[in-house]
Amino acid sequence: MEFDFADQQPKLLMLMYGLVAFVVVVGGLLLLLDVVPAWFARRQEARLIAASASGVPITRRPRQREGLFALFFLLPTLLLLGIGLVVPAIRTTLLSLMDRDSNDWVGLRNYGWMFSDDSIVRVLVNSLIWVLLVPLVATAFGLIYAVLVDKARFEAVAKSLIFLPMAISFVGASIIWKFVYAYRGEGDQIGLLNQIVVSLGGEPKQWLLESPLNTLLLIVIMIWIQAGFAMVVLSAAIKAIPGDIVEAARLDGVSPWQMFWQITMPSIRPALIVVMVTLSIATLKVFDIVRTSTNGNYDTSVIANEMYNQAFRYSENGQGSALAVFLFILVIPIVIYQIRNLRQQREG
Amino acid sequence: MATVTYSKASRVYPGQERPAVNELDLEIGDGEFLVLVGPSGCGKSTSLRMLAGLEDVDAGSIYIDQRDVTHLPPKARDIAMVFQNYALYPHMTVYENMAFALKLRKTSKSEIDRRVKEAAGLLQLEEYLSRKPKALSGGQRQRVAMGRAIVREPQVFLMDEPLSNLDAKLRVQTRTQIASLQAKLGVTTVYVTHDQVEAMTMGHRVAVLLDGVLQQVDTPRALYDTPANVFVAGFMGSPAMNIKTVPLNEQGAEFAELQIPLTREQVAAARAEGGDGKVTVGFRPEDCDLVSPTEGGMPVVVELVEDLGSDANVYGHAALGGNSERFVVRTDRRSMPNMGDTVFVKPRTGRSHVFHATTGSRI
Repeated sequence: MEFDFADQQPKLLMLMYGLVAFVVVVGGLLLLLDVVPAWFARRQEARLIAASASGVPITRRPRQREGLFALFFLLPTLLLLGIGLVVPAIRTTLLSLMDRDSNDWVGLRNYGWMFSDDSIVRVLVNSLIWVLLVPLVATAFGLIYAVLVDKARFEAVAKSLIFLPMAISFVGASIIWKFVYAYRGEGDQIGLLNQIVVSLGGEPKQWLLESPLNTLLLIVIMIWIQAGFAMVVLSAAIKAIPGDIVEAARLDGVSPWQMFWQITMPSIRPALIVVMVTLSIATLKVFDIVRTSTNGNYDTSVIANEMYNQAFRYSENGQGSALAVFLFILVIPIVIYQIRNLRQQREG
Repeated sequence: MATVTYSKASRVYPGQERPAVNELDLEIGDGEFLVLVGPSGCGKSTSLRMLAGLEDVDAGSIYIDQRDVTHLPPKARDIAMVFQNYALYPHMTVYENMAFALKLRKTSKSEIDRRVKEAAGLLQLEEYLSRKPKALSGGQRQRVAMGRAIVREPQVFLMDEPLSNLDAKLRVQTRTQIASLQAKLGVTTVYVTHDQVEAMTMGHRVAVLLDGVLQQVDTPRALYDTPANVFVAGFMGSPAMNIKTVPLNEQGAEFAELQIPLTREQVAAARAEGGDGKVTVGFRPEDCDLVSPTEGGMPVVVELVEDLGSDANVYGHAALGGNSERFVVRTDRRSMPNMGDTVFVKPRTGRSHVFHATTGSRI
């Protein structure tokens, strides 16, 4: 394949635009948040020095002006939060109470539909399976791996192997695993899984068509990506346990098993909670894996995927919005739990 | 109750030439309070950790009560340790911290309760038993760490600078508490510190280490009065002993105009093994007097006077063999000189320490 520079010119131009935009935005932010306050601080300092030198009593800047100053720095954040988060959230909530064309109010009918339509109930059940399995299995796997590999000889290499999938996008990972699950009606199997099955004397299967196995197979992809995250965070937490506490426990006579359950686990509890919560939220919102692997067919759809289907493919604005609101409601308690936990830690 | 014996025990950290602890030979008697002291990096903590089983012994062996424990895991040695940072389990209450080791050994609930309550009473911790370590002050945490060791009723207590995280006043107070507690319990104790005052006040005997080599083991008094070499002489005592290497003649050591008389044997010993006509002489700040100019003292120009309340330390310089050398004298507050004065210092006869100029060992 030849690389024709002229052919690629529009793309390169786009790339240029992107780079320029990046520099302008980041530079502008730095200017706003670093250079400007530094200039103000210098001026204030000079004023104070001049005042102390001349012996004139220092006049404090009036409170009102300080408030204005704070508002000036908060404004960009408030603006972006408003446009990007608050307004859409309110609008989505309102849309969820309207019909498919967002013309008439229908009350809670869209929510009723969500819990009565068999296919949607199936979606909710799938989401439940996802959110139960992914955080638990990924955390357990990451924890066991982190403990086993801790202070081993090839720790860095072993950890990178597990962490690398984190760098792959969900879409990329799904395509990789689609090859693993691939099925050929005739000839050699190109999928790893089927090849293994065949070499063990079994019959090749169309893995992604068989419910409920296919949902579990998609969950494996998510775990493959997220176990590395769990492992890295937990490994850091394990390393942060003070060495003398481990030594004191050894002197007190713990077995390796007791060391894990009575010393390691309680010590890394905060990290465990953070990992579980992060994974739970990520799993609730999962979309790309399902979309790329099965498009939500064969009973594998999850809330986010169904929301997209309803809102953008079937133009069911009301039903799509209702699913979005429901997803939002599911995430809220987890976030509250997390915030309370963080606050407790800070106080304790 | 047990004796502890180090027999040519050595520890070499991987990738290092010089052993951290070099052929340590040390016998600790039953019920004895032995202090390991030395500057940082001298191997005192390593020696303790070797006894605890937290550090490998690369050569030689260690015995507790004649039993070879050299390669036993820590839990098989029946020892308890108090760590510098206390190493309390943060997720357990004070009670659980103290009970943990007993629980692991499947001691009965009532027995655990009895022992923990007893230790808590001994250490005035009763009202804190249900608290977590983070809700305690530094001194209380230190006592919990002690309590955790006591309830084990071990053969040997090991303490690794347990007072270094306390403020000065609490440190003095806790020092006496630990010493009297040890006397009451009668458990053999090995105590590591870099603070020579702790070593002097707490230990039945003190072992001084330098660069992984044991320099001298003796009672605090003997260490102070008859240090075996220049290092021990300079390390024990505050302010430190005045130690100078000066020319040697037939009668003794020449401190400028001042002559410190030595015996014939001392002069002969100082000349042996390449003494090179020099001798190292030391005298403690409190072992000298400020005399009038006519009495033949060494003239010292005063640079700093530390008034300690009970007495005063006078720091100054004197010309010695062409160099300006530093001297410290402890004096009565009544005869305290001022900065810039010239005082005349005369060591008391018979109170000087004489060392070989090159080997540094006592003559």
